[in-house]
Amino acid sequence: MENKLSIISFSGDFDKLTAVFTLATGAAAVGYEVNLFFTFWGLDAIKRKQGRSFVGGTPLTRLFGFFMGGLKAAPVSRLNFLGASPSIFRSLMRRNNVATPEELLDAAKSLGVNFYACEMAMHILGLTKEDFIPEVKDVLGVASFLRIADGGQTLFI
Amino acid sequence: MTFVKTKIELSRLNVGDRLEVLLSEGEPLENVPRTSAEQGYHVAAIEPAGDGIYKVIIQK
Repeated sequence: MENKLSIISFSGDFDKLTAVFTLATGAAAVGYEVNLFFTFWGLDAIKRKQGRSFVGGTPLTRLFGFFMGGLKAAPVSRLNFLGASPSIFRSLMRRNNVATPEELLDAAKSLGVNFYACEMAMHILGLTKEDFIPEVKDVLGVASFLRIADGGQTLFI
Repeated sequence: MTFVKTKIELSRLNVGDRLEVLLSEGEPLENVPRTSAEQGYHVAAIEPAGDGIYKVIIQK
Protein backbone atom coordinates (compact mmCIF):
# COMPACT_ATOMS: atom_id res chain seq x y z
CA MET A 1 0.00 0.00 0.00
CA GLU A 2 1.21 3.52 -0.83
CA ASN A 3 2.50 5.61 2.08
CA LYS A 4 0.21 8.45 3.03
CA LEU A 5 0.64 11.62 5.10
CA SER A 6 -2.27 13.88 5.96
CA ILE A 7 -1.75 17.19 7.74
CA ILE A 8 -4.39 19.33 9.39
CA SER A 9 -3.05 22.84 8.86
CA PHE A 10 -4.76 24.90 11.57
CA SER A 11 -2.23 27.65 12.23
CA GLY A 12 -1.80 30.66 9.98
CA ASP A 13 1.64 31.36 11.41
CA PHE A 14 4.61 31.73 9.09
CA ASP A 15 6.78 29.24 10.97
CA LYS A 16 4.09 26.60 11.37
CA LEU A 17 3.06 26.88 7.73
CA THR A 18 6.73 26.44 6.83
CA ALA A 19 6.65 23.19 8.82
CA VAL A 20 3.45 22.08 7.05
CA PHE A 21 4.85 22.68 3.58
CA THR A 22 8.31 21.29 4.39
CA LEU A 23 6.82 18.02 5.61
CA ALA A 24 4.32 17.91 2.74
CA THR A 25 6.89 18.46 0.00
CA GLY A 26 9.45 16.15 1.60
CA ALA A 27 6.91 13.35 1.84
CA ALA A 28 5.52 13.94 -1.66
CA ALA A 29 9.04 13.92 -3.13
CA VAL A 30 9.63 10.40 -1.81
CA GLY A 31 6.35 9.11 -3.18
CA TYR A 32 3.88 9.65 -0.36
CA GLU A 33 0.30 10.57 -1.07
CA VAL A 34 0.00 13.89 0.79
CA ASN A 35 -3.25 15.49 1.86
CA LEU A 36 -3.36 18.97 3.38
CA PHE A 37 -6.56 19.96 5.14
CA PHE A 38 -6.59 23.70 5.80
CA THR A 39 -8.86 24.94 8.54
CA PHE A 40 -9.40 28.18 10.43
CA TRP A 41 -6.23 30.37 10.35
CA GLY A 42 -4.59 27.80 8.10
CA LEU A 43 -6.94 28.84 5.30
CA ASP A 44 -4.86 32.01 4.93
CA ALA A 45 -2.13 29.91 3.32
CA ILE A 46 -4.25 28.92 0.34
CA LYS A 47 -5.92 32.25 -0.36
CA ARG A 48 -5.63 33.31 -3.99
CA LYS A 49 -4.61 36.82 -2.86
CA GLN A 50 -1.46 36.30 -0.78
CA GLY A 51 -1.33 39.80 0.67
CA ARG A 52 -4.07 41.64 2.58
CA SER A 53 -7.45 41.89 0.90
CA PHE A 54 -11.05 42.26 1.94
CA VAL A 55 -12.24 38.71 1.27
CA GLY A 56 -15.40 37.51 2.99
CA GLY A 57 -19.14 37.68 2.59
CA THR A 58 -20.13 40.34 5.16
CA PRO A 59 -18.50 43.60 6.35
CA LEU A 60 -17.31 41.84 9.53
CA THR A 61 -15.80 38.82 7.76
CA ARG A 62 -14.25 41.10 5.13
CA LEU A 63 -12.56 43.03 7.93
CA PHE A 64 -11.34 39.74 9.43
CA GLY A 65 -10.14 38.70 5.97
CA PHE A 66 -8.14 41.88 5.66
CA PHE A 67 -6.42 41.58 9.02
CA MET A 68 -5.72 37.85 8.57
CA GLY A 69 -4.34 38.32 5.05
CA GLY A 70 -2.81 35.59 2.93
CA LEU A 71 0.46 33.64 2.98
CA LYS A 72 2.60 36.74 2.43
CA ALA A 73 0.95 38.41 5.45
CA ALA A 74 1.43 35.45 7.82
CA PRO A 75 2.96 36.49 11.17
CA VAL A 76 5.61 34.53 13.05
CA SER A 77 4.18 32.69 16.08
CA ARG A 78 6.80 34.14 18.47
CA LEU A 79 8.85 37.35 18.38
CA ASN A 80 6.87 38.78 15.50
CA PHE A 81 8.15 42.29 16.28
CA LEU A 82 5.03 44.08 15.01
CA GLY A 83 5.19 42.25 11.71
CA ALA A 84 8.89 42.73 10.97
CA SER A 85 9.93 39.13 11.64
CA PRO A 86 8.52 37.40 8.52
CA SER A 87 10.64 39.66 6.27
CA ILE A 88 13.68 38.94 8.42
CA PHE A 89 13.01 35.20 8.22
CA ARG A 90 12.53 35.31 4.44
CA SER A 91 15.84 37.14 4.12
CA LEU A 92 17.58 34.57 6.35
CA MET A 93 16.02 31.72 4.37
CA ARG A 94 17.22 33.11 1.04
CA ARG A 95 20.69 33.77 2.42
CA ASN A 96 20.92 30.18 3.66
CA ASN A 97 19.38 28.66 0.52
CA VAL A 98 16.31 27.47 2.40
CA ALA A 99 12.93 27.57 0.68
CA THR A 100 10.41 30.21 1.79
CA PRO A 101 6.77 29.23 2.41
CA GLU A 102 5.83 30.62 -1.02
CA GLU A 103 8.49 28.48 -2.73
CA LEU A 104 7.39 25.45 -0.71
CA LEU A 105 3.78 26.05 -1.73
CA ASP A 106 4.82 26.11 -5.40
CA ALA A 107 6.82 22.92 -4.88
CA ALA A 108 3.82 21.27 -3.21
CA LYS A 109 1.70 22.13 -6.26
CA SER A 110 4.36 20.72 -8.62
CA LEU A 111 4.57 17.49 -6.62
CA GLY A 112 0.83 16.86 -6.73
CA VAL A 113 0.07 17.44 -3.05
CA ASN A 114 -3.69 17.40 -2.47
CA PHE A 115 -5.16 20.60 -1.02
CA TYR A 116 -8.47 20.60 0.82
CA ALA A 117 -10.34 23.41 2.59
CA CYS A 118 -12.49 23.03 5.71
CA GLU A 119 -16.14 23.69 4.98
CA MET A 120 -17.02 24.77 8.53
CA ALA A 121 -14.19 27.30 8.90
CA MET A 122 -14.95 28.73 5.46
CA HIS A 123 -18.55 29.21 6.55
CA ILE A 124 -17.49 31.09 9.70
CA LEU A 125 -15.04 33.31 7.83
CA GLY A 126 -17.34 33.94 4.87
CA LEU A 127 -14.88 32.42 2.39
CA THR A 128 -15.78 30.55 -0.79
CA LYS A 129 -13.77 28.10 -2.90
CA GLU A 130 -13.18 30.94 -5.38
CA ASP A 131 -11.19 32.81 -2.71
CA PHE A 132 -8.59 30.02 -2.80
CA ILE A 133 -5.90 28.92 -5.24
CA PRO A 134 -7.26 26.68 -8.01
CA GLU A 135 -5.23 23.71 -6.73
CA VAL A 136 -7.71 23.33 -3.84
CA LYS A 137 -9.35 20.08 -4.91
CA ASP A 138 -12.37 20.13 -2.69
CA VAL A 139 -14.15 21.61 0.31
CA LEU A 140 -14.51 18.98 3.02
CA GLY A 141 -15.99 18.32 6.44
CA VAL A 142 -14.35 16.22 9.15
CA ALA A 143 -15.91 12.92 8.08
CA SER A 144 -14.68 13.27 4.50
CA PHE A 145 -11.19 14.27 5.64
CA LEU A 146 -10.99 11.27 7.98
CA ARG A 147 -11.95 9.00 5.11
CA ILE A 148 -9.16 10.48 2.96
CA ALA A 149 -6.62 10.27 5.81
CA ASP A 150 -7.60 6.72 6.77
CA GLY A 151 -4.71 4.25 6.79
CA GLY A 152 -1.94 6.86 6.81
CA GLN A 153 -0.19 9.16 9.26
CA THR A 154 -2.00 12.32 10.36
CA LEU A 155 -0.47 15.45 11.91
CA PHE A 156 -2.05 18.59 13.37
CA ILE A 157 -0.02 21.78 12.98
CA MET B 1 14.20 20.65 0.31
CA THR B 2 17.24 19.68 -1.75
CA PHE B 3 15.65 16.41 -2.78
CA VAL B 4 12.32 18.17 -3.34
CA LYS B 5 13.99 20.49 -5.87
CA THR B 6 15.82 17.53 -7.43
CA LYS B 7 12.59 15.55 -7.72
CA ILE B 8 10.77 18.43 -9.39
CA GLU B 9 13.59 18.86 -11.93
CA LEU B 10 13.66 15.11 -12.60
CA SER B 11 9.92 15.10 -13.21
CA ARG B 12 10.47 17.55 -16.09
CA LEU B 13 13.00 15.27 -17.84
CA ASN B 14 12.48 12.38 -20.21
CA VAL B 15 13.52 8.85 -19.30
CA GLY B 16 17.23 8.50 -20.00
CA ASP B 17 17.98 12.20 -19.49
CA ARG B 18 20.62 13.20 -16.96
CA LEU B 19 20.39 15.82 -14.25
CA GLU B 20 23.44 17.48 -12.74
CA VAL B 21 23.00 18.58 -9.12
CA LEU B 22 25.51 20.50 -7.02
CA LEU B 23 25.34 19.44 -3.39
CA SER B 24 27.09 20.48 -0.20
CA GLU B 25 28.76 17.68 1.70
CA GLY B 26 26.94 16.40 4.76
CA GLU B 27 23.21 15.79 4.80
CA PRO B 28 22.40 16.87 1.20
CA LEU B 29 25.19 14.74 -0.24
CA GLU B 30 24.10 11.73 1.81
CA ASN B 31 20.38 12.19 1.26
CA VAL B 32 19.95 13.08 -2.40
CA PRO B 33 21.88 10.19 -4.00
CA ARG B 34 20.41 7.66 -1.54
CA THR B 35 16.82 8.86 -1.98
CA SER B 36 17.24 9.13 -5.77
CA ALA B 37 18.37 5.50 -5.90
CA GLU B 38 15.47 4.46 -3.65
CA GLN B 39 13.10 6.25 -6.02
CA GLY B 40 14.39 4.24 -8.97
CA TYR B 41 16.79 6.76 -10.52
CA HIS B 42 20.35 5.87 -11.47
CA VAL B 43 23.09 7.81 -9.72
CA ALA B 44 25.67 7.87 -12.52
CA ALA B 45 28.46 9.82 -10.82
CA ILE B 46 29.48 11.75 -7.72
CA GLU B 47 32.46 14.03 -8.30
CA PRO B 48 34.09 16.62 -6.04
CA ALA B 49 33.68 20.15 -7.40
CA GLY B 50 35.75 21.95 -4.75
CA ASP B 51 34.95 23.89 -1.58
CA GLY B 52 32.94 21.03 -0.09
CA ILE B 53 30.62 20.94 -3.10
CA TYR B 54 29.97 17.77 -5.08
CA LYS B 55 28.53 17.30 -8.55
CA VAL B 56 26.02 14.46 -8.61
CA ILE B 57 24.73 13.17 -11.94
CA ILE B 58 21.36 11.44 -11.79
CA GLN B 59 19.84 9.63 -14.73
CA LYS B 60 16.08 9.33 -15.02
